[in-house]
Amino acid sequence: MKIIVLLKRVPDTEAKILINSEGSGINKEGVKFIINTYDEYAIEEGLQLKEKTGGESTVTVVCMGPEESTEIIRTALAMGADSAVHICDPALEKPTPDMTASVLAAAIKENGFDIIFCGKQGIDYDMAQTQAFLAEKLDIPQVNVISEFEISEDNKKAFLKRSIEGADEKVETSLPAVISCAKGLNEPRYASLPGIMKAKKKEIRKVTLADLDLSDISLENKSTIVKWLSQPKSGECKMIEGEEAAEKAAELARVLREEAKVL
Amino acid sequence: MNYQLSEEEKMLQKTAADFANKTLAAVAVESNENGEFQDDIYKKLGELGFLGMTVPEKYGGVDFGNFSLTLSIEQISRVCASTAVAMSVHNSLTNWVILKYGSDENREKYLPRLASGEILGAYALTEPSAGSDIGAINTSAVRKDDNYILNGSKLFVSTGDKAGAIIVFARTDPDDRNRGLSAFIVEPGFPGFSIGKVEKKMGLKASSTVELVFEDCVVPASNLLSEEGRGMGIALSALDGGRIGIASQALGIGQAAFEEAIKFAGARKQFGKRIIDLQPTKWKLAEIATKLEAARLLVYSAARRRDMGDTSTKQISMAKLFATRAANEIVYDSLQIHGGVGYTSEFLIERLYRDARALEIYEGTSEIQKLVISREILKEYSHLLS
Repeated sequence: MKIIVLLKRVPDTEAKILINSEGSGINKEGVKFIINTYDEYAIEEGLQLKEKTGGESTVTVVCMGPEESTEIIRTALAMGADSAVHICDPALEKPTPDMTASVLAAAIKENGFDIIFCGKQGIDYDMAQTQAFLAEKLDIPQVNVISEFEISEDNKKAFLKRSIEGADEKVETSLPAVISCAKGLNEPRYASLPGIMKAKKKEIRKVTLADLDLSDISLENKSTIVKWLSQPKSGECKMIEGEEAAEKAAELARVLREEAKVL
Repeated sequence: MNYQLSEEEKMLQKTAADFANKTLAAVAVESNENGEFQDDIYKKLGELGFLGMTVPEKYGGVDFGNFSLTLSIEQISRVCASTAVAMSVHNSLTNWVILKYGSDENREKYLPRLASGEILGAYALTEPSAGSDIGAINTSAVRKDDNYILNGSKLFVSTGDKAGAIIVFARTDPDDRNRGLSAFIVEPGFPGFSIGKVEKKMGLKASSTVELVFEDCVVPASNLLSEEGRGMGIALSALDGGRIGIASQALGIGQAAFEEAIKFAGARKQFGKRIIDLQPTKWKLAEIATKLEAARLLVYSAARRRDMGDTSTKQISMAKLFATRAANEIVYDSLQIHGGVGYTSEFLIERLYRDARALEIYEGTSEIQKLVISREILKEYSHLLS
């Protein structure tokens, strides 16, 4: 099976996000970047499927992102993926989900695919749209936010579980399909030291837009982020202490009049 | 600061950090409280390759070298210093000695099992009357046909009761203090081997420290490392690597104590302010950060140099002396920032404080490091002495 896993480089969950002075994006200085957390479940599921199906199965990581994405791609290879395609082009600096999906679709078609795993959303913009656009562009089914995955004997169908509010939903889909993964699906493995050694020798194919067949794809931006604004600082909370309700009410009135000056 | 780490070094540092933060952190508090040795953790460390870091691929290791080992021990030590010390002894003492001084047969027999974590390694040097003074070792080894017969006891052997291969130093020549020592690989199954007293330590409670007893213990002559009489040289050269390991452990303990201090000082309010906004706290944090940075640079440099084949004993002793002292000063200040609660086991700093104390004692006390450094500088600057 040709197993594809999508990868995105995002700021660390613990990173302090500050908006740059022009309001055109975040200040990247000093910010640590990591593999999108949900993508780790996608890698693990891809690797488990490879181990299960054996034989000719391969896991190919596809990542669209800046030059520095090599680091997370290498980690996925160290975890056990076989090869990688890295789409890196200055024209893709500020992609919309639609645009990302178009580019990914072209790269995935060229590589060939039997199943596509990805994280349920990027933890940076939290849009959760790319996988839907991608499935449409490849004209295949999508099943999102799965918590269990099984494949049929003939590798033609997948049986999935989605945890929805108060219940589980069982879904059956034909393959190929886009499967987006959620926490709880599996326990992502660590990149072992032998894995890190082997990753050095694995291929990362660097691709620019010029290398892809984008003839039937529109790269036009249908939406743009106009400006980034910082969240207003939340005000301080002051607790009114006191024994009696009347005493507390009097204090509240005093604070509203003298300190907050709203009365 | 990025310390010029290569892509692979960053990756293995991340694996070590992730393993420490998830798998190890899940058991660290309890196993340190109850003094439980976590066999499972070492199995997993072996699977990930952390127990064969200086062992070549042909013997089942990954051969990343001393600097990578330093990065790994530092990360593990942030969460559980007990695990870090066992890892250090295993890699830089047991594995290294067998690789460097063992016969092909020894290497093939022991290294793959050690590198995979199937068995753990230990290192038995200290005796009741031979601590810093290695030349005073009394345990005897007498050749009898194809075996050596060992008699005596060893003290303070880290993971000695869990190990499958122990490097034991014993006297083959009673008349030659320094050239009368030899090194052997001893398995716990050898006849005449037993575990003596199990120490109740102040810290490092998730790692065991035991006495080993040899009563007419039969060790095959093929398990003699190098030649008879080479024991002192083997012990000292192995300790160079071991000292980098302990210095790396100091970095991890120091980093953890530093982070605990920041977390606590940012949350604790006194006089209507977070104590992190008070000058006494700020100054302590500035000093902690500076010491930690200086220690890290010394240790990283020593480890890198050892990988490049530079056996700078002076540099290594300086790194061990400085980093272990720094760690003890850091845990002291961090506990001071915590105040009363830092003295209770509710807070991690209490464990770090106890664990740090051993750093300046094992694998050569601070005093021994100063002896080594002063000897080296007197050699280096002999031209200035008339």
